[in-house]
Amino acid sequence: MKAGALIRLSWLAALALTAAPAAAATIEITIDKLVFSPATVEAKVGDTIEWVNKDVVAHTATVKGVWEVLIPPKKAASLTLKAAGAVDYFCRFHPNMKGHVNVAP
Amino acid sequence: MFTRYTAALAALLLVGAAPFARAADKPTDPQIAHIAYTAGVLDIEAAKQAIKTSKNKEVVAFAKDMERDHEAVNKQALDLVKKLKVKPEDNATSQALTKAAEEERAKLAKLKGAAFDKAYIENEVAYHKQVNGALETLLIPSASNAELKSLLETGLKIFQGHEQHAEHVAGMLK
Repeated sequence: MKAGALIRLSWLAALALTAAPAAAATIEITIDKLVFSPATVEAKVGDTIEWVNKDVVAHTATVKGVWEVLIPPKKAASLTLKAAGAVDYFCRFHPNMKGHVNVAP
Repeated sequence: MFTRYTAALAALLLVGAAPFARAADKPTDPQIAHIAYTAGVLDIEAAKQAIKTSKNKEVVAFAKDMERDHEAVNKQALDLVKKLKVKPEDNATSQALTKAAEEERAKLAKLKGAAFDKAYIENEVAYHKQVNGALETLLIPSASNAELKSLLETGLKIFQGHEQHAEHVAGMLK
């Protein structure tokens, strides 16, 4: 193997290594007909939750006093989880919509 | 023929809990589309009055939510009736709803400040309860087109959310 190729390889290895700790997952939650699906998700600190709203009305994912994400109609919005713990969230516009996230440290 | 269920709706509007499901005559799809659309328009008008009159941040925000949601649902309803080539048909129930809403608007127009806010929100709770009851027990079971039925079912979930939201705002005003 030529030296140039080796250097390129080591570069790739370095890239893979630096990418590994940041390989936080993105968890998708669909909103369809006022239902968060899946209703409960397992995540860890650093993961991102993306809500995909298929409805014609806007929704929120709200944990009172902690965080709120506004998800416009036919759009997606996301949030990176910063704290561990189990949280119940709801839609502030339609409080009959409820979801749950378990965030592992 | 539909005086029967109109009477039932009028009773529901007055006492809030009439047995809608017992109405013998079912409204047709064009009538159902008209009733559902009208109910949305009336709540948008109520919202506009509240946005103009209220100085309460929570009440104005709620009214804007109502305006936005009902406009979105009604746009979907219009798109659907166009697609299905259904012509919404005016009927005694739509007229009874409109008349009751006009009376409520006139009543609210005489109020200001906290008295207006309280009356508007309380009426929003009652209005959504009535319309949701009608959707659940009469309009959805009577709808024959599957797409219309599905739209009404989603509408019901949205409006049940509004009812809870209105109850929450009413609780904050106390």
